[in-house]
Amino acid sequence: MTTDLISSLETIVGSRFVSGAAEERYLYSMDQGTMPPSEPDAVVLPATTDQVRQIVLLANERKVPVVPMGAGLVLSGLTRALRGGIIVDMKRMNRIIEVNPASRYAVVEGGASQGMLKAYLQKHHPELKHSMPDAPPVATVAGNVCIHGSGHLSVLGGSHSDMLTGMEVVLPSGEIVRTGSCGVSGQWFSRSPLPDLSGLFLGWAGTTGIITRLGIKLFPNYRHNDVLIFVAEDADLMPEMISRLTSVQAAEDMTPWMTPKPDWARGFLHINIAYGAHTKKELTFKRNLLQSSVREYIDRKIAGFLPLPPPQKGRFLKIPSPDLARFADLRRGGGFEYVGAIMAIEHFPKAYRAGLAIAEKHGVAYSLGARIIGAGHCMMFFFAYAFNRADPEDVKRASDALEATNTAALEIGGIPWKAELPAQKQIIEKMDPDTFGLMGRIRSVLDPNHIMNPGNWEK
Amino acid sequence: MQPIQYNPDLCIHCETVDCLMKCQYISFTGTEEAKTEKLKINGGEESRVLRECLTCYACQEYCPFDNNPFYLLVERQEALGILPAPRPVVEEQLRMMAPKGRITPQAVSGVVVDMCAFPMLTGCIRGKLFEGATTIVGTDIFCNIMWLHFAKNSTIRERVPRIIDNIMHFYLKDSNIRELICFHDECYGTYTSVADAYGIDVPFTPVHQFDYISGRLNELQDRIKPLNVKIAYQRPCSNRLVPHTDKALDEIFEKIGAERVPRTYDRETALCCGGVPRAHQRDELADELVEKNIDDMIRTGATYCVFNCPFCMATLAHEVAERGLMPILVSDLVQIALGE
Ligand SMILES: Cc1cc2nc3c(=O)[nH]c(=O)nc-3n(C[C@H](O)[C@H](O)[C@H](O)COP(=O)(O)OP(=O)(O)OC[C@H]3O[C@@H](n4cnc5c(N)ncnc54)[C@H](O)[C@@H]3O)c2cc1C
Ligand code: SF4
Ligand code: SF4
Repeated sequence: MTTDLISSLETIVGSRFVSGAAEERYLYSMDQGTMPPSEPDAVVLPATTDQVRQIVLLANERKVPVVPMGAGLVLSGLTRALRGGIIVDMKRMNRIIEVNPASRYAVVEGGASQGMLKAYLQKHHPELKHSMPDAPPVATVAGNVCIHGSGHLSVLGGSHSDMLTGMEVVLPSGEIVRTGSCGVSGQWFSRSPLPDLSGLFLGWAGTTGIITRLGIKLFPNYRHNDVLIFVAEDADLMPEMISRLTSVQAAEDMTPWMTPKPDWARGFLHINIAYGAHTKKELTFKRNLLQSSVREYIDRKIAGFLPLPPPQKGRFLKIPSPDLARFADLRRGGGFEYVGAIMAIEHFPKAYRAGLAIAEKHGVAYSLGARIIGAGHCMMFFFAYAFNRADPEDVKRASDALEATNTAALEIGGIPWKAELPAQKQIIEKMDPDTFGLMGRIRSVLDPNHIMNPGNWEK
Repeated sequence: MQPIQYNPDLCIHCETVDCLMKCQYISFTGTEEAKTEKLKINGGEESRVLRECLTCYACQEYCPFDNNPFYLLVERQEALGILPAPRPVVEEQLRMMAPKGRITPQAVSGVVVDMCAFPMLTGCIRGKLFEGATTIVGTDIFCNIMWLHFAKNSTIRERVPRIIDNIMHFYLKDSNIRELICFHDECYGTYTSVADAYGIDVPFTPVHQFDYISGRLNELQDRIKPLNVKIAYQRPCSNRLVPHTDKALDEIFEKIGAERVPRTYDRETALCCGGVPRAHQRDELADELVEKNIDDMIRTGATYCVFNCPFCMATLAHEVAERGLMPILVSDLVQIALGE
C-alpha cells in the first residue's frame, strides 16, 4: 500500500520530491518539543496549487491522512502524522508573488519563509517590512498565521492572523477557495467586507485545508529604530504599566521578560519596547511619549528605564531576536518548548507567579515572558522550559511542567496557544459544548473523509 | 564606617561657595542661597540640591579647599533615601557589577595596566607604548566609583577594600609589583581621592594613564610623527576628582602635535556627556547635553573628538561620528602618532 501510495505521489510531483525512506520518516516524525514522535508513511513536496489539489484528491481516494507542514517549528508537535499518512511539506512553494506598496500588502505562496519575505522586502521594497516572529527565519508565513502567531509589529498590528488579508486554500475535498478580497477583485487588500471565511483555517492546526497562497499586511520600515528596556520590581503593577505604555501608541513591539539568568535579572520584570521613526526628531518624540506615560512610576523610583549606551542596543534590535533561541540551548541537547497562552493583560501577575511556582516545583530551567498584542488588547504570555533531549528524565520534567502550565493558564483564564495534543484536550474540556459541536460539524462538511491532520482538535 | 573627611567650619566661613555657585546644572539666586543649601546638606537636612544634582562630580573640583563637597552630598543623598535613579535600575546594575569571585592568581610582569571592568578595551594595550605590559580586568577588580552617581557610598565602602585586596592578593603581591597603571580616571580617582576621603588603605601606588603615557612618550620621542591636528577633548566627570592629571594630558597632546582646541565645555566648564542623566531618567536633559557638547566640538573645527572615559565614548561616539568628527581614545590617538 505504501509503495503504491508513493508511486502515485511520484506521478504528481516527480520522484525527487517524494520519500518513504525510513530516515526521512524518522526526521519528519517529531519537532524540537516534548511530544513523542509519530511517523508518516510518506513525505511529499508539491510545487504548485494544482499538485496540492491532486495530493488531497489522492488522499481522499485512499482515505489516507494529510498533514500540512511549513517549517515544522511550531514546537507543539502539530505537524506530526498522528495517524500516519502523508506529510505535505510546503517548502517548495516559496515564491513571493506580489508586493503592493500602495496598499501595503504582500502575497506569498504557502511555503514562503519569514526570512525570504524579509530579504525580498529589504532588496525590492526597503521602505516596507512585515511582522517577523522570533522563530528561526525558515519558519513559514503561512504556518505562523495558521497558529495566530505574533511578532515584532504585534503592538502595532495585532496578532499575525489579524494581519492576514486573504488566502487561497485547497480544501480537504480538493476544491480551491479564496477568502478575502482576492476572491472577488483579484487584489489582496482586505478580508472585509465579505463574510470572513478565513477563520475556517486559522487556529485549526491544519485540520481544515492547505493554504497555498496568502496575503499579509506590510508596514513602514523606519530608518531610525530604538529600544527601551523598562524595569520594575512589582508584578502587580505590570498590567497598569503595560496599559500606559501602549496607550501612547508609539511602540511597534513590547515584550516583557523575566528570567533567573543572568543573575542580575532575577526577580525583576522587564519590558523591551521597540519603536521606530522616519527621522531622529520623530524618534525622540516617540521616546518622550513612552517615557512620560510611566513617569509616575519613575518619580516614585519603583521602575525605570535601563541606561543602554547605543552600542549595547544592537542586540535588542535584532529581528528575529536571538535571545529565545539562545535560551533554547541552555541545557544543551536542543530540547526546548514553551507554553504560550493568550490571555488578558490583567492576568500578568497571576501568570508570572504560576510560572515561578511551576518551575520551582518541577526543577526546570525557565524563562518567562510575554508579547503584547495590539494596543494592550491581550498578550501571549509564555512559559519556556529548556531541556536536554538526550536525558529522558529532563524531558519528563519539562513535559510535566508544561502540562501543569497549561492547567494553570486555563485556570487563570488564558488559553494555551498552538496547543499540543494534551492541551487541546484540556481546552476542549473547558469549551462550551455547542461551540465544540460546531467545530466538529464544520470539519465534517469540509472534510467528510476526515483526512486532514486527524487526531487534532478531537476529544 | 569612617565618615567622609571634611571640615564643616571651612564651609561656614566660606565666602564664595564655589562648590554650588559654579554648578552648571543648579541655579542659585546668589551666594547666600547657595550657602544656605550647602549648610543644610552639611547638617544632614533635606536640600533641593540633593534632588537636582546631576552627580557630575564637578563641585569636588570647584571647592578651593578640597573639602569633599561631592562625596558628602552623595553621603547625604543615601542617608536621606534620595535616589537619583529608580531602585530597580540601581539594583540591577549593582548586581551586574558586583565582584563575582571568579578571579584567580595570575603572575604579572612589566607594567601592570588596570582595565577596570572593560575587557573590550584590553586591545588598546599594545605596541611600543605599552610594550611588555600585563593587563588585569574584570568585575572582581571593578573600581566601583560609579556608585557615586547612584547615592551608594555604602557600596563603595563595602566593595572598594575588597577589590583592592583582590588586586594585591591575586596579582601584585606575589609578583612583587607595587605600581598599578590606571587606564581609566575612575580607577585612579578611586585609589587616590576616594580612598583618601573615605579612609580606605591603598597598599599599591596608582599611576594615572596620562602620567604613564607622557613618560613613555619621552622615551619614544624619536618615533613620534606629530599629528598636526585639532582635537576636541571630552573631559569626563571622574577627572574632576584628580584635576592635576589634566596637565599631563596637555603634555601628551603637545608631544604628539595635537592641538587641544579651546572649547566652551572643557576643563573646569566641561559638560557631562549625557550618559548619567539617562540613568537618572532625565533623557531630555541628556539630549540637550549631547547636542551642546557636539555643537561645541564642531564649532572648534576639530578633526578628532578625544575621550578618556569609555562610558563617555559609548554615549557620544555614534553621534560624534555621524556629525563628522572621529571619536577616539587618548591612547589610540597617541598610537597613531607613534605610527602604530
Ligand atoms: C526559538 C523560537 C522562537 C519562536 N518565536 C515565535 C514568535 O516570536 N512568534 C510566534 O508566533 N511563534 C514563534 N515560534 C513558534 C513557531 O516556530 C512559529 O510560530 C513558526 O512561525 C511556525 O511556522 P512553521 O512554518 O514552522 O509552522 P509549522 O510548525 O510547520 O506548522 C504550524 C501549524 O500550521 C499548519 N500549517 C503549516 N503550513 C500550513 C499550510 N500551508 N496550510 C495549512 N496549514 C499549515 C501545520 O499543520 C501546523 O498545525 C518560535 C519558535 C522557536 C523555535
Ligand atoms: S565645600 Fe568648599 S566651596 Fe563649598 S562651601 Fe564648603 S568650603 Fe566652600
Ligand atoms: S555634582 Fe555637579 S550637579 Fe551635583 S551639585 Fe556638584 S556640581 Fe552640581
